Amino acid sequence: MNRQMKSILFYTLVIVVVIFSVFPFYYAIVTSFRSGQELFNPSVFPTSFTMGNYFSIFKEQPFGLNILNSVIVATSVVVLSLIIAVTASYALARIHFRGRGLLLMTILSVSMFPQVAILSGMYELIRSMGLYNSLPGLIIPNTVLTLPFTVWVLTTFMKELPKELEEAAVVDGASPLTIVRRIFLPLMWPAMVTTGLLAFIGAWNEFLFALTFTLSNEVRTVPVAIALMSGATEYELPWGNIMAASVLVTVPIVVLVLVFQRKIVAGLTAGAVKG
Amino acid sequence: MTLALQQDGTATRKAKRSNLSSARLRAAWLFLAPMMIALAAVAGWPLLRTIWLGFTDANLTDLSQSQFIGFENYLSYYDGEAYGVLVDAEWWNAVWNTLWFSVISVGFETLFGLLIALILNAEFKGRGLVRAAVLIPWAIPTIVSAKMWGWMLHDQFGVINEILLGVGILSEPIAWTADPSTAMWAVIMVDVWKTTPFMALLTLAALQMLPGDIYEAARVDGINPIRVFFKVTLPLIRPAIIVAVIFRSLDALRVFDLIYVLTSSSTSTMSMSVYARQQLVDFQEVGYGSAAATLLFIVIALLTTITVLAGGLKSGEGEQS
Repeated sequence: MNRQMKSILFYTLVIVVVIFSVFPFYYAIVTSFRSGQELFNPSVFPTSFTMGNYFSIFKEQPFGLNILNSVIVATSVVVLSLIIAVTASYALARIHFRGRGLLLMTILSVSMFPQVAILSGMYELIRSMGLYNSLPGLIIPNTVLTLPFTVWVLTTFMKELPKELEEAAVVDGASPLTIVRRIFLPLMWPAMVTTGLLAFIGAWNEFLFALTFTLSNEVRTVPVAIALMSGATEYELPWGNIMAASVLVTVPIVVLVLVFQRKIVAGLTAGAVKG
Repeated sequence: MTLALQQDGTATRKAKRSNLSSARLRAAWLFLAPMMIALAAVAGWPLLRTIWLGFTDANLTDLSQSQFIGFENYLSYYDGEAYGVLVDAEWWNAVWNTLWFSVISVGFETLFGLLIALILNAEFKGRGLVRAAVLIPWAIPTIVSAKMWGWMLHDQFGVINEILLGVGILSEPIAWTADPSTAMWAVIMVDVWKTTPFMALLTLAALQMLPGDIYEAARVDGINPIRVFFKVTLPLIRPAIIVAVIFRSLDALRVFDLIYVLTSSSTSTMSMSVYARQQLVDFQEVGYGSAAATLLFIVIALLTTITVLAGGLKSGEGEQS
């Protein structure tokens, strides 16, 4: 096989990979601009350009409210997790104490365990606190997803910082809280942005709790709203609306991920490989 | 005299040290307390309650009116007939579906992930663009990707049927997500599409840490690249791949949203999580559903413990050598 053949083969492979990765999203965009009869046309290429679906998801459904709900829930849960996780990860990464390994393993296991295993217990808890079908009732269970993850990733980042950083401060008698505030917090910002971003995506995509602990369309988050979206009438295909809603909430995340590409890769590897 | 002084000096230093470290230890537990309390409240307590509810006849309409019934949700006999999760054919079907889904999809994801990582590790024009393109499926929310593929796989108006009919591979449209013989493959395909980027990124990170001089040496010696791949590259990145596979497998075993949205509650794709939630919410059988959820938890906990222990032994060996 000569060099030219090889490079043709290589680029063919690359093109196949790119098309396979991008096509579904491309097709969702194309579909989102089709409405009414146009939806019955399964052409691969853009055939019409109407914004109807984008208007109708806000008119026929409370989709604006759904987006707001998702933003509120995901932001609160990420901020809450980061605040709790910073001091915890300092202790886990920087202070040697008995049971540290066991604690780390417990945290890892919590992030791995199936959400459905706490569904009925959580339902009971939410109900007893009177938070069923409310946003706080979604923030609480979401912590299960984001908190162990944030602690784990921040601990990995924190372990990598050189030891000398705090030695001088320790000798000078600075308290651990001062050390965290004055030395680590300024250095941890990039890691916290990455971790926060990944946790945000996780909370933004959460489905099981949001589906089970809400009842009315006004309290639903974006994934549940999209999953349960229907057409204007029973006989209308809801796919135009679904695709418009999907594109609308996915574009910001795709942009965010592409902008923070390198940081996200670092965060993912910190979460998995180096563990 | 000098010796005594010196000893004295070390003694006070030691005392100071231990004072310091005990202060640090106290700080450590203080720092950990909020996290431990939060995790106990949102994970520990609900988990214990779920396990307890699994031993009761609780019903969704009124959880407080439940009675302890022992192992009846798991297994019981009435008039010589067995009842309970452990003898429910649908539960075992869900177990089988979940295992099948996990093994096949993680297998494909590892394979394709490796392939894409190798492509991205090579130097060529437009690599940055390709990397960005490959990342897109990972960035798309699971529900959205399930809906996107659900539409593409639509039996009447789906673009996939259209293309395959046009090319002549199919002679009549297939109801991909409804037909029991193709539904699981549809689920697996969407999962592979969505999660291969994750595997590719982790594999790529491992590839980029490999020392370049080995390859230089192999090239100078004129060794076949395929041989180099199997003899050098693969053994070196194997630990990273194994970790990624473990993470993905544990994730795949609890699969819920993709299956719930793409094929709803069809028995041909129902996973353990879907089964447990169906009992809990749709059938309102909280006791029975909790028993199923507990079983799923036990399965995953066992697998996690085994992997953690195996991993611990492995790294212990590594430190010794």
